[in-house]
Amino acid sequence: MATPNKKNHDRPTTGHSWDGIEEFDNPMPRWWLWTFYATIIWAVVYWILFPAWPLVRGATAGVLGYSSRADVAAEIAAADQANQVWYDQLMATDVTEIAANPELERFAVNAGAAVFRAQCSQCHGAGANGLRPGSGFPNLLDDEWMWGGTMEDIVQTVTYGIRNTDFPDARYSEMPSFGRDGLLTPAEIDQVVNHVLAISGQAHDNALAAAGEQVFLDNCASCHMDDGSGDPFVGAPALNNAIWLYGGSADEIRASVHNARFGIMPGFTGRLPDAQIRAVAAYVHQLGGGQ
Amino acid sequence: MSSSENYEPQLYAKREPVFPRRVKGSFRTLKWWLMALMLGVYYITPWIRWDRGPDLSDQAVLVDLANRRFFFFMVEIWPHEFYFVAGLLIMAGIGLFLFTSALGRVWCGYACPQTVWTDLYILVERWVEGDRNARLRLYRQPWGAEKIRKYGTKWFLWLLIGLATGGAWVFYFTDAPTLLRDLVTFDAHPVAYGTIAFLTATTFLFGGFFREQVCIYGCPWPRIQAAMMDEDTITISYREWRGEPRGKQRKGEAEGSHGDCIDCMACVNVCPMGIDIRDDQQLACITCGLCIDACNDVMDKIGKPRDLIGYMALTDETRERAGNPPKSIWKHVFRPRTIVYTTLWAGIGLGLLVALFLRTDIDMSISPIRNPTYVTLSNGSIRNTYDIRLRNMNENARQFYLTVADNPSITLTMEGVQGQLVTVGPDEQLIQRVYLTASAGTPAAAAATTPVRLWVSVTGETDRIYGETVFNGSGQR
Repeated sequence: MATPNKKNHDRPTTGHSWDGIEEFDNPMPRWWLWTFYATIIWAVVYWILFPAWPLVRGATAGVLGYSSRADVAAEIAAADQANQVWYDQLMATDVTEIAANPELERFAVNAGAAVFRAQCSQCHGAGANGLRPGSGFPNLLDDEWMWGGTMEDIVQTVTYGIRNTDFPDARYSEMPSFGRDGLLTPAEIDQVVNHVLAISGQAHDNALAAAGEQVFLDNCASCHMDDGSGDPFVGAPALNNAIWLYGGSADEIRASVHNARFGIMPGFTGRLPDAQIRAVAAYVHQLGGGQ
Repeated sequence: MSSSENYEPQLYAKREPVFPRRVKGSFRTLKWWLMALMLGVYYITPWIRWDRGPDLSDQAVLVDLANRRFFFFMVEIWPHEFYFVAGLLIMAGIGLFLFTSALGRVWCGYACPQTVWTDLYILVERWVEGDRNARLRLYRQPWGAEKIRKYGTKWFLWLLIGLATGGAWVFYFTDAPTLLRDLVTFDAHPVAYGTIAFLTATTFLFGGFFREQVCIYGCPWPRIQAAMMDEDTITISYREWRGEPRGKQRKGEAEGSHGDCIDCMACVNVCPMGIDIRDDQQLACITCGLCIDACNDVMDKIGKPRDLIGYMALTDETRERAGNPPKSIWKHVFRPRTIVYTTLWAGIGLGLLVALFLRTDIDMSISPIRNPTYVTLSNGSIRNTYDIRLRNMNENARQFYLTVADNPSITLTMEGVQGQLVTVGPDEQLIQRVYLTASAGTPAAAAATTPVRLWVSVTGETDRIYGETVFNGSGQR
């Protein structure tokens, strides 16, 4: 401030002088030094107690035997144990009654979402939309179910799968290859394709479609029903709507009739605990298509 | 410079203990009242009740970390309204700038918890050990029965204050009466005991032993404040032109050979920071005003005018030195810098108040499901899915009614709910899956995207809110 203070002239300096500029000696507090020593001692104690020094294989173990992996394992075990209460409740509840218990349903849906991402998303897509339209992997969000969309149906499908030989209870049906095996002539296939285009509300040749109706009734209706509405008991998809598993254009339908198309799904019993199967069914059921 | 020649530089120095003497005066009285007010607010606030109905806490001020709610009397802040807290923190910062630019380190000297608690600890110290000279004597005395008894009593009282400090802190975070009952019956959560233990220890150490070192070594504010102060800032200063040359009038010396300062050391002895204000403004000075009281007391006794040490601005110094009267305090305080700070502070405050009164107690956020963007249903209609977070910021459970605005071709349905009404519990939020469906052939189903607006209203109330989102159609396909 105004006048140079007399006292400052008496204050000790470090003795350094650069172009006449001197430096006051402002010593650090002594306890600060002790704090520094304490951190050094702490580091040494830490090396002894905890894993610290990297070696060729692993690191020094530390006398406390601490391991972050063991911690994670313990946390996972604790989480599993906490979840077990819910899984038990899930198994004790009738599958149709799960939705009536909001807390249980919330658990089932969240647990099921995790199962879905790990086990189902490879084919059905992370969004459960069957990867893309016409991919052959069923979209689980819409309102059409080949094998039924109630909770019981979904649990049955997930448990035993579709068209696998691992489980006698697996859903099984097979469409004949009408063209490849010579069951229908190419002309008849053209007619029936136009009939299917007609009942699904798409552009078609009226004459061919009229002729195709009889072909359809003779060859297809036993599974797909007379009106083409499908039959979930045999896994026959509805043909009279806007949803197509293998594509709904004339060429795609012709290919399906000629070659016959069907998918295979593994059964998950034995791979997943029954409670997780119920959970994933509950998850799929509430995605928007559940019946 | 002469002293540095035979001087061995020291890297580390032992702390010089400070034994502030008792002082009486207007600033001391003000500080007692401020201490009582601030400690009173701190200890009493968690115990004030406020009726919020049967489902919510009745604690007036509650930081409910577990449920992510902040209650302040009639105001309840949810996490998505954190900008209120951010705004208050900005106001606190600007307020600190304002007070520092106007009155220097007035926060440090009067309101900082470190200052207030240290003041309280020094009071206890004086009760137990006596005033400065008695304390100094006891400090230099070797350990014996008297020293053990007095130091033990002092430390015990300090610990009790520390315990009360940490104990009061935890009451802000959960229901105070319940927690107190749990604490004394040893049923409380370990985190509560841990917090109390930690704050007891820090209060005990910072108030009892670290004291001025917290301000000198630990606190960033003494470094920052220099940028807030200028030559019009009112701060504590020594009228050196009046006081020097300091010293006592001895026999034979001519009248007027000394200034008003009789070098009685009263200002140094009362200083809780252990500094000499006659060295002028310095980093360690927290401007607590106690040296003013001490010096005025002495000036009264020797019949000299008061305010040899007093609040003044830097510009006044040159005026007074030249024999001119100082500018009035108000002229110092009202200057562009403080007016800018005040305007900013008040502007943010007004903005927050307006936001507080305009907000509704219903809120919605829409997160559209993007995988897939749309689903084709069997009848050819196009369906989009949205997760809608509904917040019921009200003490009662209420029914939320969802509608889609101005688009007759889009219908709204909800997962697991019949109709368009959904009940949200008191002070709760709910994530509801909502489907918007556009019939086959409608513009929304055919377009790539259609903007839609969703409205939420509450049964029996007039407030309603909307959210904007997008409906994905099948596009060019």
